[in-house]
Amino acid sequence: MESAKYVSQKISKTRWRPVSYSSLQQPDIFATGSWDNEENKVSVWSIGNLGSSGLEDGFEGDPQLICEQKHDGDVLDLQFLDQERVVTVSSTGAVTIFRQAPNSQTMSICKHWARAHRYPSDNAPSTGVACNSPEIVTVGEDGRIIVFRADQEGVVRVIENADSSTLHAVTYLRTTEVLTVNSIGQLKLWDLRQQSNSPSQILSLSRDRVPLYCVDRHPNQQHIVATGGQDGMLCVWDVRQGNMPFSLMEAHSAEMWEVHFHPTNPDHLFTCSEDGSLLHWETSSPSEMPSFLQGGRNSNMTSRSAMAPAGGNQSIISAWLHGDSSKSRLETTHMLPSQTLSVNSLDVLGQCLVCGTDGEAIFVNRQVPV
Amino acid sequence: MEEVDVEPTVTNIPEIRHGKHMGFAWGPGDILVYETHFKPSGYTLSGPGGSFIHKVRKDEDINSPILRKLFNESHHIFVGLQTINDDLPSKSKRPQFISISRNYRSVIRACMEELQQVAVSTRDTEKGTQYGNQVSILLAIELIWNLCEVLFIDAAPAGSLLLHLLDWVRLHKADVDEKAKDVLQSDSPAEHHNYWDVVVSYVLQGRLEEARQMLVKQATLQPASRNMYKLMDSLLSKMPFYNPGGTQTLTEFDVKWRNWHEEVDRYLKDNTFASNRHLELICKILVGDEDTLLEQKELLSTWYHFLVTRLLYSHPTVKPTDLHYYAQSCLTMFLDSRSVQEPLDSILLAAFEFDIYLVIKDCSIVLNNWWFVAHLTDLLDHCKLLQSHNLNFGSNMREFLLLEYASGLFTHHSLWQCAVDYFDHCPELGRACLELQIERVPLDTERKALKVLRICEERQMSEQVRSICKIMAMRALRNNRLGSALSWSIRAKDAAFATLISERFLQDYCAKGTFSDLDLIDNLGPAMLLSDRLTFLGKYREFHKLYGEKRFKEAAKLLLSLMTAKIAPQSFWMTLLTDALPLLEQKEVIFSADQTYELMYCLEELTSSLDTAASGGERPMQEEDVEQTKVELLRLSLARNLAMAIIKEGTVET
Repeated sequence: MESAKYVSQKISKTRWRPVSYSSLQQPDIFATGSWDNEENKVSVWSIGNLGSSGLEDGFEGDPQLICEQKHDGDVLDLQFLDQERVVTVSSTGAVTIFRQAPNSQTMSICKHWARAHRYPSDNAPSTGVACNSPEIVTVGEDGRIIVFRADQEGVVRVIENADSSTLHAVTYLRTTEVLTVNSIGQLKLWDLRQQSNSPSQILSLSRDRVPLYCVDRHPNQQHIVATGGQDGMLCVWDVRQGNMPFSLMEAHSAEMWEVHFHPTNPDHLFTCSEDGSLLHWETSSPSEMPSFLQGGRNSNMTSRSAMAPAGGNQSIISAWLHGDSSKSRLETTHMLPSQTLSVNSLDVLGQCLVCGTDGEAIFVNRQVPV
Repeated sequence: MEEVDVEPTVTNIPEIRHGKHMGFAWGPGDILVYETHFKPSGYTLSGPGGSFIHKVRKDEDINSPILRKLFNESHHIFVGLQTINDDLPSKSKRPQFISISRNYRSVIRACMEELQQVAVSTRDTEKGTQYGNQVSILLAIELIWNLCEVLFIDAAPAGSLLLHLLDWVRLHKADVDEKAKDVLQSDSPAEHHNYWDVVVSYVLQGRLEEARQMLVKQATLQPASRNMYKLMDSLLSKMPFYNPGGTQTLTEFDVKWRNWHEEVDRYLKDNTFASNRHLELICKILVGDEDTLLEQKELLSTWYHFLVTRLLYSHPTVKPTDLHYYAQSCLTMFLDSRSVQEPLDSILLAAFEFDIYLVIKDCSIVLNNWWFVAHLTDLLDHCKLLQSHNLNFGSNMREFLLLEYASGLFTHHSLWQCAVDYFDHCPELGRACLELQIERVPLDTERKALKVLRICEERQMSEQVRSICKIMAMRALRNNRLGSALSWSIRAKDAAFATLISERFLQDYCAKGTFSDLDLIDNLGPAMLLSDRLTFLGKYREFHKLYGEKRFKEAAKLLLSLMTAKIAPQSFWMTLLTDALPLLEQKEVIFSADQTYELMYCLEELTSSLDTAASGGERPMQEEDVEQTKVELLRLSLARNLAMAIIKEGTVET
């Protein structure tokens, strides 16, 4: 069950602090970044998870502020680098690493690259960051891709003019490959081992080039990615299979800001949008074989014939790619109690979900059915 | 012009030197003030003028982080209220309205508690006083709102009215419970110095059960007066309270109450409690003796408590319409010559008189922020309690207040998004106000621009959409982000801008010989159709690709169609024809005879138009020479090609 916690700042990003896989703990600490304030902040909150709770509702788990730190410019993306450090990218084009020592109540700036993204005569906001400790990749409105290392002072590599439009999000596909999405509806694959400044692959929709704002990779199958964009459609792609998305699903009535596969249970997907809703998508396959799912748009699009699975190994093919409709279902549920202002960000880990809205509220749900 | 009820407050601008004249300009929620050079005669103040512009803001609350929660939560409740179904008659919606009113009040209370905690824990004395002030304002607001809920929204009839008023007073006099806790936790409660204060307070608030429980403790200590205490206990237990849900009518209750009242009066006249002054006091209170009640000023602390207690013990069946007589007289009696009537008192008095407009007007003057009056008026309007009280400029009061509140919110760097919903629910002027305000939201990042655009698109404000997209596109163009610029012009369906961008690309090509941003041009997709120039750009790039792939026949066909279908602008034809040269010079015949004729035709068209253009102006000799050479080369190639084509087409394969 959720209750809203009003925090007097519009939340642009929220992320759970990673928990070590060895312990079976539920996450209890998350970080948020604010935007559109005269003084923006990065804050760390705790929901004080009791180990085994017989409690129904989470009123005791109201998020408590542990510490916060001023941030110059809007926090446009935020990722945890490791248990102690958080990377943020700002609307001033700066990239900053904050550190919060464990069990301490303070946060400090550990590294700061000012104006990493810039125009010749102006600031360029940086819009996305992806981490693969100690490597950090950022993208921005200036169309640059910049690679940093957390332990080095300078910039490791800059891909100039990687895109003629704004790059909105970036994610790692493999340790040496990243995927970016941009304002003209293209997904670009970049191989960081190569020195060239052009992408190794470009994918896009053959119809309207709708701007894409978010991308996430399937946790187990690195060739499956999901994207969302201006028209609120959820697209699932197979990057090996070329130029078309495999599934297009009508999800929201306005821009989709974030899409996340559940990290340990990838049959579950979460999306949030400007229209104030947060959807939980769940595929289920009735029989032993993890089967196909009908993609295509909800009603009228004719489903394509089932593609021959690559390598002939059917059991690996994800349930998200489309195929025979009779074998599985897709369920969608709204997770927020009522319509709110835009839900800007969400994160899910274990059984816990946190999201932040433009109504200056944070919702935490500790019993997500996964 | 109405007279001003309160003195205007004076604010000193610290940086402006004494004696200097100030200039000012009004803004949406504040004033900009600056120092001028004006020297009135007689002054010899010299030195450079101040170089600052000062912003004077009236409403500080909007920047308080704790009060911000109030604005956000109430926005949520407001939107929920607007969507209540209008089909049902007002009567059956009353429970819903009451629960919404309670929601608002609980939000106020939550804020108040948080402010109280911060006020107590802060070490900065100035901030502490500021928080303290805010807490007392919120207390007053909640008091007024609660009274309005009882009198206007709940609109209880005689009988239940008093019960609700009792609840109201009890809610706002929390110190009784604290005192009682102190007393009960002491070793010997009956001997605590506050003991009798607590008992009397309970009686004054009509909490007779609790009073009886307290009295029992005293009774055990004084076995000699046991009978007196037993009598008092029975009197207290017999006092009738009206039960709205029961079968007893108001008249029956009235009769019962009068009987009980006479009984108490008899005991008083018989001096039954004369030996114990405390019990005598309680008896006098029970009988409703005004002078005794007035003596308890300390415990009552406010005139409205006095009012409710007096009504409880002398006129429990008071009708709503008679309330104001008692209210006025209680106020006068309670305030002696020393204390002055505060604004809060006049507002409460206006409420007791059921003068909603006066309540709203006084609140608007006293409070520095439209939040309270806007939300309260909106709720009352939904309860259909306000007749359309037309103001001079045609909109009704609810809309006026909501517009004022929302305009104030819009000036806030962050809360403007909430304000949009308020404008939506002002049917007459809301849309116009929103159109004006939304264009002035500063757009630092693309993400913010996208949100503003979504707001405009949902409300079909196409002018604003175009204007915002143009701003973002121009900014992108200035920073040489052609892809971004194009995506903005696609969103606005702005063909003119798309043409501008394509011109830029083509200029770049002519200057450098290659295309920049190939990823964009190669992947234009259906967007190509937005503007002719853009289509040309896409097709021209396709021509280059075909040429690169050595698909010459198709490339040639495309090139020709670009000119004959008039997709290419004439200024570019020379370049296209020059591109055709290598195709003409190939060993293999690529252009057919017909195609060659068409090319020739294009060339003639081009040269004739160039001639007419050239005859007017002056062109440097060199340029003319170059042009002339190009044309001659072309003519030669075309002729040769024509010859080969005719031969090829005329040859019969054997």
